[in-house]
Amino acid sequence: MLILRCPYCGVHADETELTPGGEAHLTRPGPGASDDDFEGYLFRRRNPRGVHFERWCHTCGCGKWFHAARCTVTHQVFGTYSAQTTEPPGAIIAAIRARRPDWTPT
Amino acid sequence: MSTRLARGGRYLDRSRPLAFTFNGRRMHGLAGDTLASALLANGQMLVGRSFKYHRPRGIVAAGVEEPNALVNLGAGGRFEPNQRATTTELFDGLTARSQNHWPGLGFDIGALGGLAARVLPAGFYYKTFIHPRPFWKHVFEPVLRQSAGLGAAPRERDADRYEHFHVFTDTLIIGGGVAGLHAAKQAGAAGRRVLLLEQSAHWGGRGPVDGGRIDGMPIDDWVNVTLHTLNDMPNVTLRARITGAGVYDHGYVLGYERVADHAPDAGGPRHRLWRIRAARVITATGAIERPLSFAGNDVPGVMLASALRDYVVNYGVSAGERTVIVTNNDDAYRTAIALQRAGLSVPCIVDARPDSSGVLPAQARALGIRVKTGTAIAGVKGRRRVAGVALCRHAGTGTVTERIACDVVAMSGGWSPVVHLWSHCGGKLIWDAAAAHFRPDPAQPPTNQAGDGFVRAVGAANGDLHLSGILPGGTAPAEAPPVPVWMMPLGADIGKRARMWLDYQNDVKVTDVQLAAQEGYESVEHAKRYTTLGMATDQGKLGNINGLAVLSDALKAPVPQVGTTTFRPPYTPISMGAIAGEARGHVFQPIRRTPIHDWHTAQGAVFEPVGLWRRPYCFPRPGECRADAVMREVTGARTRLGLFDASTLGKILVKGPDAGRFMDMLYTNMMSTLQPGRCRYGLMCNENGFLMDDGVVARLDDTTFLAHTTTGGAGHVHAHMESWLQCEWWDWQVYTADVTEQWAQIAVVGPKARAVLEKLGWNLGARALPLMAWAEGRIGAFDVRVFRISFSGELSFEVAVPASQGRALWDALLEAGAEFNATPYGTEAMHVMRAEKGFIMIGDETDGTVTPQDLGLGWAISRKKADYLGKRAQARRHMTDPDRWRLVGLQTLDGTVLPDGAYALAKGENSAGQRNTQGRVTSSYHSPTLGCGIAMGLVKHGPDRMGEVLAFSTTDGGTVLARIVSPVFYDPKGTAQNA
Amino acid sequence: MPEGMGVSALPGARAGGLAVVREPGLQGMVSLKLDLTAGWAAPGVMAATGHAVPGQRQITRIGQGAVAWMAPDELLFFCPHAQADVLVAALSDALKDRHHLAVNMSDARVLFAIEGPGTREVLAKRMPVDVHPDSFAPGQMRRTRLAQVPAAVWMTGPQAARVVCARSVARYAFDTLALAAQQGGAVGVY
Repeated sequence: MLILRCPYCGVHADETELTPGGEAHLTRPGPGASDDDFEGYLFRRRNPRGVHFERWCHTCGCGKWFHAARCTVTHQVFGTYSAQTTEPPGAIIAAIRARRPDWTPT
Repeated sequence: MSTRLARGGRYLDRSRPLAFTFNGRRMHGLAGDTLASALLANGQMLVGRSFKYHRPRGIVAAGVEEPNALVNLGAGGRFEPNQRATTTELFDGLTARSQNHWPGLGFDIGALGGLAARVLPAGFYYKTFIHPRPFWKHVFEPVLRQSAGLGAAPRERDADRYEHFHVFTDTLIIGGGVAGLHAAKQAGAAGRRVLLLEQSAHWGGRGPVDGGRIDGMPIDDWVNVTLHTLNDMPNVTLRARITGAGVYDHGYVLGYERVADHAPDAGGPRHRLWRIRAARVITATGAIERPLSFAGNDVPGVMLASALRDYVVNYGVSAGERTVIVTNNDDAYRTAIALQRAGLSVPCIVDARPDSSGVLPAQARALGIRVKTGTAIAGVKGRRRVAGVALCRHAGTGTVTERIACDVVAMSGGWSPVVHLWSHCGGKLIWDAAAAHFRPDPAQPPTNQAGDGFVRAVGAANGDLHLSGILPGGTAPAEAPPVPVWMMPLGADIGKRARMWLDYQNDVKVTDVQLAAQEGYESVEHAKRYTTLGMATDQGKLGNINGLAVLSDALKAPVPQVGTTTFRPPYTPISMGAIAGEARGHVFQPIRRTPIHDWHTAQGAVFEPVGLWRRPYCFPRPGECRADAVMREVTGARTRLGLFDASTLGKILVKGPDAGRFMDMLYTNMMSTLQPGRCRYGLMCNENGFLMDDGVVARLDDTTFLAHTTTGGAGHVHAHMESWLQCEWWDWQVYTADVTEQWAQIAVVGPKARAVLEKLGWNLGARALPLMAWAEGRIGAFDVRVFRISFSGELSFEVAVPASQGRALWDALLEAGAEFNATPYGTEAMHVMRAEKGFIMIGDETDGTVTPQDLGLGWAISRKKADYLGKRAQARRHMTDPDRWRLVGLQTLDGTVLPDGAYALAKGENSAGQRNTQGRVTSSYHSPTLGCGIAMGLVKHGPDRMGEVLAFSTTDGGTVLARIVSPVFYDPKGTAQNA
Repeated sequence: MPEGMGVSALPGARAGGLAVVREPGLQGMVSLKLDLTAGWAAPGVMAATGHAVPGQRQITRIGQGAVAWMAPDELLFFCPHAQADVLVAALSDALKDRHHLAVNMSDARVLFAIEGPGTREVLAKRMPVDVHPDSFAPGQMRRTRLAQVPAAVWMTGPQAARVVCARSVARYAFDTLALAAQQGGAVGVY
């Protein structure tokens, strides 16, 4: 029942316009990666109770992937941001800290 | 006997009589009646039987909390079980039947089981039907199923239509009583977009019945004035007959509108599900009166005190002639006063409190009504209808002090705020000891996407039961606080407690909850499931708080510590039709059609679903079975000319300076070296290294590729491309476009393929377009792209035209091809031909766990490329295991067709005691070209075992023998396709 | 292509009720992908089409043509059907030295017109979009979900909308819109 603002087209999109894409900011190891690193990339995912960074696609909309910082317990959304980044931007981290002073990125 | 009064009835239009039937008996009501009020007006108090003991059940309430008066409503395509008579608006011609009894409502065989109530305590089923184990499946369950369920399931297709409606608002107010109207006025005046929903057909809630004044006006007048004001505000929308069914995350609320239940032939949708997004939600949902637990409180004629005055004031109906009122609060005195004023007899008010000296008790006494304080009901006389009550001291064990003849008992155990909508999305409650109820804790509201509270409760829903607490101008007589009474009398013995009902529909009694506590069910959620308290269709609206209090007493723990069970949406049941909305019948799901679809339909094609597409499976001629049609189609294409609608094939444009580099990452083979004008077959793997799609890639120009995908694959392959471009290689200059539907594509197949295209006017430059090349130009009047690719093994051209010309090209090919006996063929013939050639099919030979190497497609994997999607995964240990099953052809020794999916048996058993296997069939057909069954399969060490015979299991336990052969059964040298 | 040979998805389809739903016939549509933030983008588009680049989620109209902002790197041009290939050529020429993708999508899509007093309610029955006049006015382009399929919708007047979706689901889209527009289904909100 979520609403997420697509940072590309600005629409406050109903969940039914969106497709979830799982954990954000995974690093794709190259062909020379170790078995362990590659297994982690393929299969190991964080499943935090609390703040989480996720990928979403505005499928029934502008078609763009974006990132969202969301609390998995309360569904509070701290912000959505560009998919063209390897880590959450400072403004998102600040927004999380403003509401969750105890939170630390892991 | 209940009856219609000569006067009164705020909702009634006495000039409009309505006829209806109940259990086949013709009855009469009035416009404005509910089915319940009309039944009472016709003297019908007995309306059903309870679930477990089949006890006679009468109407208890006047609203959504009614547990007993559930009926089968309507007939045929409009039959619906478990409809609540108290909220069913009467219309002319309504038909209703009572439920859960046999042979009749008055005499029910099942009720004899009620004699055994003592041997059917809480948890009886769990304890009794466990051993011996096989008995559950074969004896207990079939027998219990017979007695399970209340109403009958509908047999006919629903005759009505349903729909959804999306609406966005600043402020959503749920509940159109005084508190809701007041909140709407405030929000409306503040300029917000306001939506106010009322579940019933009437505005004002309980206020007009309960009395008092607002701004010096009687409540009815204030309601009318306020409605006028609100209707004049363009930013305020008022809607009756919509229940706020559920409050969800981020301000999402479901409203359940009964559009046509009260007027079934109006022609619109029957129900409408409002999918509301609200910035803030105000719940003004009122409160529900609680019953009292005394022996015999389930006998028909025992009703809620508030319901009794609702029937008198709103519907002009008396539930009986002599009403004894039993209460722990002042509010119930309003009922006594209302009944007395309506000319009905109130022989006694039984008040459990030691003292009752408030304003309302004084008014009752002034009317000459006898009040007995410190008193309780010891028992109710009567079985199918109240005949009288026995009184006792509330503080005692139940020694009868007096007997009073009466036909109605009006009970009031205090009021519980309707906190459901507050609670759905996580709002917390606090126990208000003084009022003896749970109410919303304003410090812990449900929170929205910003982390802020977005729901506020007002009025009785917030625990403000007094008019002066709801709005500034409200005045009503002061009321003394209630005294909590969870059981009467206080010292009732087990014989009495076993006849005190908490849940009328599910037959849960005080003793059941006490037994649950005694047996260790300390969690309220466990006790609920063990006893079924609150699991009936009213979801505990009436009895849950009483049950909790009994449990807390038995556990010797305070009520707030025991807590409540979880409030889950919907607040009241909503129809399956409303949930489905319009998505049924021909718009159940989007069916995809090619530009040639109508021709296929007109030819009587048998369609098969491929994703959401509907593709012709074959085109049977009159008198021809499907198998024969497929054989004819294969032979036609192989010997003369076949036409195949390949429009569903995915087509994705990939363009940009980095397009070649990107294609090299997407496909396992090298695509960047493909020359413009040429085509190359490619394989696409996911990061797990498994084959996900395949198809022919054409290079349109230096920077542009056209990637063909499988029919089912276009959508997710395009999404896959975009995902990598946007999220991983965003600095690469590549754009993609899914142009699948821009083009109709027709495969022109067979020895006469070239001849028919030349006849139509081949104008593509060089006459001999080589295999795996493409050209753009004209064929006759058509602007075409022609791809010389073959999925059949025959000479084959895939001709693409803009979709708007697709049908015209198809017709032209049919006409020109007539002299070659052109044979349109379907997907099954296509499958047979590709299997004869040993071409794999995504979804047949692959299932998400198969690699290109497994399929003998190692030749299509570039070893030169440093990286491609799936490369690293294909180096993982399991992926390089020499024991992986690999693709082979299979030919049965007796010429029959192997069962699709059959396993090749191996010696011995695995650790689970299952027969070991060494392979399985992935595709299997009868080949008309070879005249026998052919198959492909994955077999352990398969390609190294040519000529070996394997035994495949069949579903009837037998085996079929098949020899391992090359998967290419037809024309291995490719003579035909190179012609 | 000779005149009259091409057909739209549901030629002549029309259903009435709260609003009229109809398929007006073939409509030229050209999709253009390019970096709209680049300095050369707007002049290139202007040179090829005479259109200014619309703002985020805007659709602007000139004569028989229109252009809509579809995504930060995507515009959709509307033109007479026969002109679409000409427009693609003009765009490709004007932007030939720049990374872009111009493609004729006319036949990949179907266009529907919804006209009449119930237009907004018909949309609200099928789309999770706030179609209140204050929130959704002519000039705005909204890509969303039409029942179960992706679609783009915009108002062409106070009581008129256009909807574009994939051609293969034209029958589904038309049927579900027609059902929403059926007589007796007025909600009475817009």
